[in-house]
Amino acid sequence: MVKKIINNPKDVVKETMEGLLLANHGKIVKVEDANAVVRPSIPAGKVGLLVGGGSGHEPLFAGFVGDHLADGAVSGNVFAAPAPDQILAATKALDHGKGVLYLYGNYAGDNMNFDIAAELAELEGISTKTVRIYDDVASAPLERIDDRRGIAGDLFVIKVAGAAAAELDSLDEVFRVTAKARDFTRSMGVAISPGSIPETGQPTFEIGEGEIEIGMGLHGEAGVSREKLMPADELVSRMTDLILKDLPFKAGDEVCLLINNLGATTMMELLIVNRKVREILAEAKINVHDTMMGSYCTSQEMAGFSISLLKLDDELKKYYDMPAESFAFTKR
Amino acid sequence: MTIDSISLSQVKDAFHFIANRMVDSKDMLTQADQAIGDGDHGIGMARGFEAVNNMLEAKTLNNVEDVFFNTGTSLLASIGGASGAIFGSFFMGAGKALQGAEILNAAGYQKALEAGLAMVKKRGNASIGDKTMVDALEPAVDAANQYSGSSLEELAGLVAAASHEGMEKTKTFTAKIGKAKTLGERTLGHADPGAISITLIFEALKEYISSL
Repeated sequence: MVKKIINNPKDVVKETMEGLLLANHGKIVKVEDANAVVRPSIPAGKVGLLVGGGSGHEPLFAGFVGDHLADGAVSGNVFAAPAPDQILAATKALDHGKGVLYLYGNYAGDNMNFDIAAELAELEGISTKTVRIYDDVASAPLERIDDRRGIAGDLFVIKVAGAAAAELDSLDEVFRVTAKARDFTRSMGVAISPGSIPETGQPTFEIGEGEIEIGMGLHGEAGVSREKLMPADELVSRMTDLILKDLPFKAGDEVCLLINNLGATTMMELLIVNRKVREILAEAKINVHDTMMGSYCTSQEMAGFSISLLKLDDELKKYYDMPAESFAFTKR
Repeated sequence: MTIDSISLSQVKDAFHFIANRMVDSKDMLTQADQAIGDGDHGIGMARGFEAVNNMLEAKTLNNVEDVFFNTGTSLLASIGGASGAIFGSFFMGAGKALQGAEILNAAGYQKALEAGLAMVKKRGNASIGDKTMVDALEPAVDAANQYSGSSLEELAGLVAAASHEGMEKTKTFTAKIGKAKTLGERTLGHADPGAISITLIFEALKEYISSL
């Protein structure tokens, strides 16, 4: 059994939600009979933005419900998509006549459950549109981009979508800007030790003492290769090489940079990584507009990190730069 | 003597029997999923079938359709993830095909299985060879469709055997769908946990009918 500071493992999702609600001091409220939270006062006529997915990635997703961010978040069990009735309950709480945009990571479970919820919402006269995030370059080749997984790049897409949903008054327009942010985002992760699911108490994968998984997914899914642990600079060079050539990011591009802690990696390591990322981007003449660094999209106690880049154009930059405030992310 | 049909109350008992089998299989399914997935399949199925047991106690079920359909909605709401959507859709689709039936006979079981498979394929877009529960379900449906007798007991046996064979074959497939797909060849030698689950369900139903 992996050690964790919890009570009954069956209660982790419920108790996580209780703790989050208290930490928000009324800025988010729970949806009745659903493991979902919404902003208490959503302006009339606003397009709703609903994010969601499995629990266990805290502060994603519910930590990003706030002003100029998501209007609501629905969370499933640890590493499992929320069920359709939960998604529907959150959808109803968010709909103010303009419809609801569903924004989530591209996983079979999430896709099916959100699709069922969308069908149920339609029966109740609520329009929805869906943007699935697939930023992980390690999870499938470019020609099968819609087979890719959504990882920490979620954060960039939620940031832009939140601002767009606050400013634009049609679901189609919010969808368009959000899909563009998704299309301009690329990420890649690595891990040196696994996370574990509280209810099983077991690590989600095994990895040797001196090994690193390149391209590790958010639930321990295999990446591109497993290798001997290497120095940070060499690792970062390999990761950025794959990310840069995928979009591709080119000289003269302006980007936002996210270095995300998957759970147990130290800020010291992230800063060492950042220094090399910046050196490589400077050499490639790619200008970094903003940097986010910390634990945004985690996989329990997995040790590792991911690098994400969002390429900006004038429109995305406008929405990225707007102030936003939530439990896990604030921008002034 | 072979059994041609079971009554509504026997169908409810059968679903309790299935649900208990799934709850008891939690650790085995967890281990199967840890080999190629994130290890939560056993927990999810156990949680889902505990909900089915509670539903069977609490809800008024007027016909066999109700039992199948409400089993589906219970699984859909309580498991979550891909398993909830797939196993929920299977039982909901199967239930709709039973159209208020008051008993379960061979013809009804055939129709239910076929409709369940159609719902699963519509929802998950999986085909034979993708290393999913469809690899065990589709051969079971094929076996059912080839059967022209009237014995529910015999049909349940054919379905369970075909499903088991399909499940065994998943050991030779690499995963092409779901979280296991990026493991590729590392999934060889391991059966798909969803295929194991649907086989357990069919085997439990067969055992229940044979025990009557």
